[in-house]
Amino acid sequence: MKQKDIAALLDEPACTHNKKSKSGCAKPKPGSTAGGCAFDGAQIALLPIADVAHIVHGSIACAGSSWDNRGTRSSGPTLYKIGMTTDLTEQDVIMGRGEKRLFHSIKQAIDSYQPAAVFVYNTCVPALVGDDVDAVCKSAAEKWGVPVVPVDAAGFYGTKNLGNRIAGEAMVKYVMGTREPDPLPEETGKQDIKVHDVNLIGEYNIAGELWHVLPLLDELGIRILCTLSGDARFREVQTMHRAEVNMMVCSKAMINVARKLQDTFGTAWFEGSFYGVTDVSKALRDFARLIDDPDLIQRTEELITREEAKINQALEPWRERLRGKRVLLYTGGVKSWSIISALQDLGMHVVATGTKKSTEEDKARIRELMGEDVKMLEDGNPRALIKLVRDEHVDILIAGGRNMYTALKARIPFLDINQERDFGYEGYSGMIELARQMALTLECPIWEAVRRPSPWKGKMLKAAGVEV
Amino acid sequence: MVEILKRKKALSVNPLKSSQTIGAALAFLGFHRSMPMLHGSQGCTAFGKVFFVRHFREPIPLQTTAMDQVSSVMGSDDNVVEGLKTICEKTKPDLIGVPTTGLAETQGSDIKMAIGMFREKYPEYDHVPCIPVSTPDFTGCLETGFALATEAMIDVLVPEAEKAGTKPGKRHRQVTVLAGSSHTPGDLEAIKEMIESFGLRPLVIPDLSDSLDGHLAEQDFSPLTIGGTSVSEFANLGDSTATVVIGTSMFKSADLLNKRTGVPDWRFDHLMGLDAVDEFVNALVEISGNEVPEKLERSRAQLQDAMLDTHFMLGMTRFAIAADPDLLNAFSHLLASMGGETVAAVAPVNAPALKKLAAEKVSIGDLEEMEKLARTNAAEMIISNSHAVESSRRLGLPLLRAGFPQYDLLGGYQRVWIGYQGTRQTLFDLANTLLTLERGEIHPYRSIYAQKPEYQNDTTSETSEDRGFRH
Repeated sequence: MKQKDIAALLDEPACTHNKKSKSGCAKPKPGSTAGGCAFDGAQIALLPIADVAHIVHGSIACAGSSWDNRGTRSSGPTLYKIGMTTDLTEQDVIMGRGEKRLFHSIKQAIDSYQPAAVFVYNTCVPALVGDDVDAVCKSAAEKWGVPVVPVDAAGFYGTKNLGNRIAGEAMVKYVMGTREPDPLPEETGKQDIKVHDVNLIGEYNIAGELWHVLPLLDELGIRILCTLSGDARFREVQTMHRAEVNMMVCSKAMINVARKLQDTFGTAWFEGSFYGVTDVSKALRDFARLIDDPDLIQRTEELITREEAKINQALEPWRERLRGKRVLLYTGGVKSWSIISALQDLGMHVVATGTKKSTEEDKARIRELMGEDVKMLEDGNPRALIKLVRDEHVDILIAGGRNMYTALKARIPFLDINQERDFGYEGYSGMIELARQMALTLECPIWEAVRRPSPWKGKMLKAAGVEV
Repeated sequence: MVEILKRKKALSVNPLKSSQTIGAALAFLGFHRSMPMLHGSQGCTAFGKVFFVRHFREPIPLQTTAMDQVSSVMGSDDNVVEGLKTICEKTKPDLIGVPTTGLAETQGSDIKMAIGMFREKYPEYDHVPCIPVSTPDFTGCLETGFALATEAMIDVLVPEAEKAGTKPGKRHRQVTVLAGSSHTPGDLEAIKEMIESFGLRPLVIPDLSDSLDGHLAEQDFSPLTIGGTSVSEFANLGDSTATVVIGTSMFKSADLLNKRTGVPDWRFDHLMGLDAVDEFVNALVEISGNEVPEKLERSRAQLQDAMLDTHFMLGMTRFAIAADPDLLNAFSHLLASMGGETVAAVAPVNAPALKKLAAEKVSIGDLEEMEKLARTNAAEMIISNSHAVESSRRLGLPLLRAGFPQYDLLGGYQRVWIGYQGTRQTLFDLANTLLTLERGEIHPYRSIYAQKPEYQNDTTSETSEDRGFRH
């Protein structure tokens, strides 16, 4: 990828903090950087497309440390779970055999697994030695008649966020608009409602949580042409250009996809979240509003009234247990605001939130939800996190798996909110699981047990006149 | 207050209980050159032998008074006398245990008198202690039999302090350990190591870790136990600095030992979980006057870390446990300390330990009862012996094997459940098992509108245009 292409991706007019120097992808600071690279971001964004063979073109570290490491679920094919890499050797690099190996790798993937398509992720080493991945993909596709999509996402191009955009860009450039949507299934035509087509962008179906939401959309007559990319199929991605509305699901990461679909096809889009009662209802209303079908608007309101009554009743016992508990939220970008609403729905108090990867709009939304004086954590080093927990009398830390063991070592109750988690929190019913998981750790008797000194230490302290 | 629900039904289905008789036999197997002789029909012994052979995968010395029709009606004292003589003659044991069976007790056999007759008739075997213990299988369970046999041995073999001239603390590093039947040989070894780490010398009564730990001895065949505590040590129990009693079922034996010897005792219901082990280690600090060894402190910290790591899986998890009272009690407290819940607790008999359970209710019953309770109360995992395999299959729940018998598992007898390290491994095993359940899984929902070809099975045929793609 050329420098100007990267610059073009970084320049995202739909993003309000585009002007600032730390737009989309802040420059990583040597010696003090956490978070993934562009390859990481690209792979994470597309890997959930279930019937595609995902080949990582590079030496082993890229795929080797990352494959099979996601919580995303498929309702059908499981090809995405098969790790594939060209696993370049020293000889490949020195002798320039990378392209050849890639070409044969694509054939092998097609022969062994009959994928709907092959995605090839370029990584640092082949990008540096100059493998022409685009050309290899093109000739492989022509030769074997299977779409082969290059995703040029070498790690050194930039951050994970940039990688997300690169992935979106590849889909827009190579896949979207290459097929028209299927006609509606016959039996669904009998229903007396007009069906509208939408896309979900940035929804990864972690632990299958989207399945909490889908029945609601089905009931409303909203067809999801494609979820980019949770539980998606290649043929669905091909039809994304035909949606009436795109929802950016609590993520700005692939905003370029929404923007380009709007520029080219005039598709309206909005940003929403399926976490928390308030946000689920809001997302449903936004769909109805943008589709602008009075019948849909009315049915949506009816559904929301019914579902909210149901979930509020189911949540009541959990609210009793969680009300007033103090939360420190430390997650990347988006979830910082999308989860806040869910926690507030449960009567919990968010004392601070991490905003390291948040955009200016994310921050604006956070202020909207929590007021102007909210504590925002730019720097999430463990020491600072723990200090804040102590100072603010935080009851529970909600963060990504990476911070889990920091929290546990500091004997702080913890909830994992990142993509590796095993539990789905989306939708009205997902709230129950969220509440349950928080109560599980908060109310666990181990916290007292791991904080208290051993009886013999206690005795020694007492003898020394220390209050135990 | 734990509600104890008595057995209500006539038929016991998939029994949880193992007999008191073999529990007693097991206690005798914890001594060196020992031979239990069950006073009953030969089947009582044969079944018991198979039970232990399958569990320990070891040859098990076990004899029988072989009561037949005549002796069952006319009196079986002669069988006892003859049996004792034969064993003394043939194998020269250091100890013979004589637990009674249901048959002998129903007949009204007076085992003490029978042994008296043996003494009278064969004074040349006076040096071989014979321990009678009344353990009919129509009462109690394996755990009570084990405790009764231990009590009987103390009764016969531990002299009054005054008469014998023993004095508490005379052997100032010696600690007597009365450990109940819930402990595996592996557990006992761990207990001994902990005690030794304080510079103390543990004397375990009975010590299965030395006899049934599954070691390959030099000797190719022995009709008696190889390993176990030496019978001569009973005479020295009065010189111990302290007695530690582990398992509620052993408290009564401890009362007797204390009365005889005056050695102060420290009592523990079990040694599972941080709190229980802390208490135990703290007692060892007091007994020895030494500081806690570095290694134990480290193990403790490791357990605490494991508690943090595993609480995500164990917290709010619903367990069904069917086991003898001490083991049931231990597990219920361990799980409660992790935020788990014992929603189905079944014990084969009532016992003092059940009142201490960390559960609302406990049923006296069988594995059918456990199965019903597990289903009604939505248990997610079972802890019980190998007999629960079928229950676990029917319920579709995973099973952690613990207690007696474990005939479909190798090394079950050697696993360590207690102490910091044993508890840690127990937590890992529980958590790993729970992880395989994928409990967070949300059932896939298939949208009626989805463009996913596999939803329509073969109704959509892909056209070449579908494969369309541009460069």
